[in-house]
Amino acid sequence: MSEATTTLPAAPEHPPFLQHHYRAMGQQFDAGKIGMWLFLVTEVLLFGGLFVGYAIMHAKHPAAFFEAHHQLSRTLGTVNTVVLLVSSFTMVLAVWSAQTSKRKLLILFLTLTLLCAATFMVVKGFEYHHKFAEGLLPGNFYTHRGDTVPGQFMFFSFYFMMTGLHGIHVLCGMGAISWLLRRAIRGHFSSAYYNPVDLVGLYWHLVDMVWIYLFPLLYLIS
Amino acid sequence: MADALSSIPTGHAAHHHGDYLEDPGGLKSWLTTIDHKRIGLMYLWSVTFFLIVGGLFAMLIRLEHLTPGRTIMDAETYNRVFTLHGIIMVFLVIIPAIPAALGNFAMPLLLGARDVAFPRLNLLSLYLYWTGALMALSTLFMGGVDTGWTFYTPYSTTTGGGVTMIVLAAFVLGFSSIFTGVNFIATVHKLRAPGMGWFDMPLFCWGMYATALIQILATPVLGITLLLLVMERVLHVGIFDPQLGGDPVLFQHFFWFYSHPAVYIMILPAMAVISEVIPTFSHKTIFGYKAIAFSSVAIALLGFLVWAHHMFVAGMSIYAGAIFSFLTFFIAIPSAIKVFNWIATMWQGSIELRAPMLYAISFILLFTIGGLTGLFLASLATDVHLHDTYFVVAHFHFVMASSNLFALLAGLHYWWPKMYGRMYNEKLARIGCILTFIGFNATFLPQFVLGSRGMPRRYYNYLPQFQGLHVASTIGSWILAAGLFLALAVLLASFRRPKGMVDNPWGGKTLEWMTSSPPTTHNFEGQPVPLHGPYDYRPMPSAPAAGAHAG
Repeated sequence: MSEATTTLPAAPEHPPFLQHHYRAMGQQFDAGKIGMWLFLVTEVLLFGGLFVGYAIMHAKHPAAFFEAHHQLSRTLGTVNTVVLLVSSFTMVLAVWSAQTSKRKLLILFLTLTLLCAATFMVVKGFEYHHKFAEGLLPGNFYTHRGDTVPGQFMFFSFYFMMTGLHGIHVLCGMGAISWLLRRAIRGHFSSAYYNPVDLVGLYWHLVDMVWIYLFPLLYLIS
Repeated sequence: MADALSSIPTGHAAHHHGDYLEDPGGLKSWLTTIDHKRIGLMYLWSVTFFLIVGGLFAMLIRLEHLTPGRTIMDAETYNRVFTLHGIIMVFLVIIPAIPAALGNFAMPLLLGARDVAFPRLNLLSLYLYWTGALMALSTLFMGGVDTGWTFYTPYSTTTGGGVTMIVLAAFVLGFSSIFTGVNFIATVHKLRAPGMGWFDMPLFCWGMYATALIQILATPVLGITLLLLVMERVLHVGIFDPQLGGDPVLFQHFFWFYSHPAVYIMILPAMAVISEVIPTFSHKTIFGYKAIAFSSVAIALLGFLVWAHHMFVAGMSIYAGAIFSFLTFFIAIPSAIKVFNWIATMWQGSIELRAPMLYAISFILLFTIGGLTGLFLASLATDVHLHDTYFVVAHFHFVMASSNLFALLAGLHYWWPKMYGRMYNEKLARIGCILTFIGFNATFLPQFVLGSRGMPRRYYNYLPQFQGLHVASTIGSWILAAGLFLALAVLLASFRRPKGMVDNPWGGKTLEWMTSSPPTTHNFEGQPVPLHGPYDYRPMPSAPAAGAHAG
């Protein structure tokens, strides 16, 4: 057991962001990563339930879903896809800046990511507004006239539940990125400690990935 | 015993900490604590409170069935009472009882860690539990809920009352459970004491790990299902409503995809406790360590493949039914492996029938009855006859309620001296166990007979020929309640006894017994390192003595 002793830090000096129950920064970092990956698994399963529901209802009413999806704007959907992909790229650069202790670049890339996220939400807002005006609302509130196939309302039930849940995740991500930005401005992050940037980055990629699946499912039905 | 443990210095300044129960003091320090032991205790007392509430509802149900027709309440009230009994017992008692209460308290100690991986997430989980509990109770003032705990559509989307609120409560409670699961997996991966490999871990931690896997993989599906149900109720989105082109059976598939694995969230932690208690009181190494460890994981994974056995009569294809029936039989194998290994551990051990051991042996008996009656329900032909009868009620009370309750009490009596540093009256504790055991069997054995004779579950009224067995079951419920209250009273009475007398009353070999009782805030002085396996009961050069401190 003597070799176990040597692997532990014996020096009394204590890194500022090391929590009391960890022996070393590496251990804390790994635990955080495991925790975040597990959380992402639960997120995938949460959306997975919706995707399965969508797939089953789509299989039951293929014609209605096909007709209904023409009401969506492929242009705006494509714009949003590109915006989110760019934001994932800036997020990767933000993580890299934190790892290499480049504080100013970190602030820049986090700000860019935040702007992309905001752009996404604004575009989504325009899309929602258009649907509201047309009466393409979920469930009871569906008042759209001129449907050619019965059951088109169900497509919009799923459209709002799926994009709504995704939108909430984008908003949470924006909150997390703002928190990172505040800490980055205060100079908390460096190559010795960039744990939170890394973890929020993982979360942000998941949010993007969900959209990558939502876009063809909702906008590109053939 | 001092050689069982070597303490090594850590990088932290050596503060001296007092007893975790008192340092620091005050209500605020408890409500804002991130100490896993305090969070575990707060979970424990919350669960105990809801066990009493849910138990009172159960007593009312049994009292109503004393006579056919109306005894104490009308049919509408009866529906609300059994629904709330089910929801409280499943979501507020059985699921959190062992992982969140005993697991939070004991697992870091067993691993030689100072805390769980994410202490603040742990506290958040407790607050979510309390929020969900308040939301669930608030439905009492909204006209109650009469759907049964399974919330089957289309009834649940059309009936009035507080269904939306209680479904959201279950959603919040699900996140509480997920956070506990995330915490436990990260803790097992990263916070084992130096030198403790995966197969040097106490089996309790394997059980918690397998439970956490299910909590993470199944609970989100329940979450989205419940949200869809709320959407269906509030907006009529159509997914579960056949009139709008939806499918009500889809709800059952979604629901059981979570809720069958959830059965193993309830039983795996119970098995984990038993795997600690049996070797300690047999004074013998556990038999088949790896078999028990892997069977936990096997149950966790197989548990995802059997959900549709709840739906054999819901209009499923006969081929799907046959496959699910086969898989259900298959899952009995890892469960049986555990039972045989526990018995083999006791074989030729020097068994000490202390209170925790009595509870553990009761568990094995009750779990065996529950498990074997499950096979009747797994086979397609008998299930058609027994489906939705009291046979099912008796079966799932034997596997879920009794097993969980007896394992909880086994663990509670086992770790109570560690939690509070006090010993309870051993003789009275044993009487409590025996009373509870008799009461449990008297309540639920008659229900097997009732069910096989055709008494349907959830019915308010029954035919006169069933009355004898119903009366037997009701009298059993009184014995059961008396046993549980005695057990609780015995534990509470220990507070009048002296504190801190024994650190290791049972001669246990796992790490939690190597620190003081109650432990300090940081659990151990320095970082403990295990020098032998968790169940190494071979004779030691120095005779085992109670009260060895770390270092």
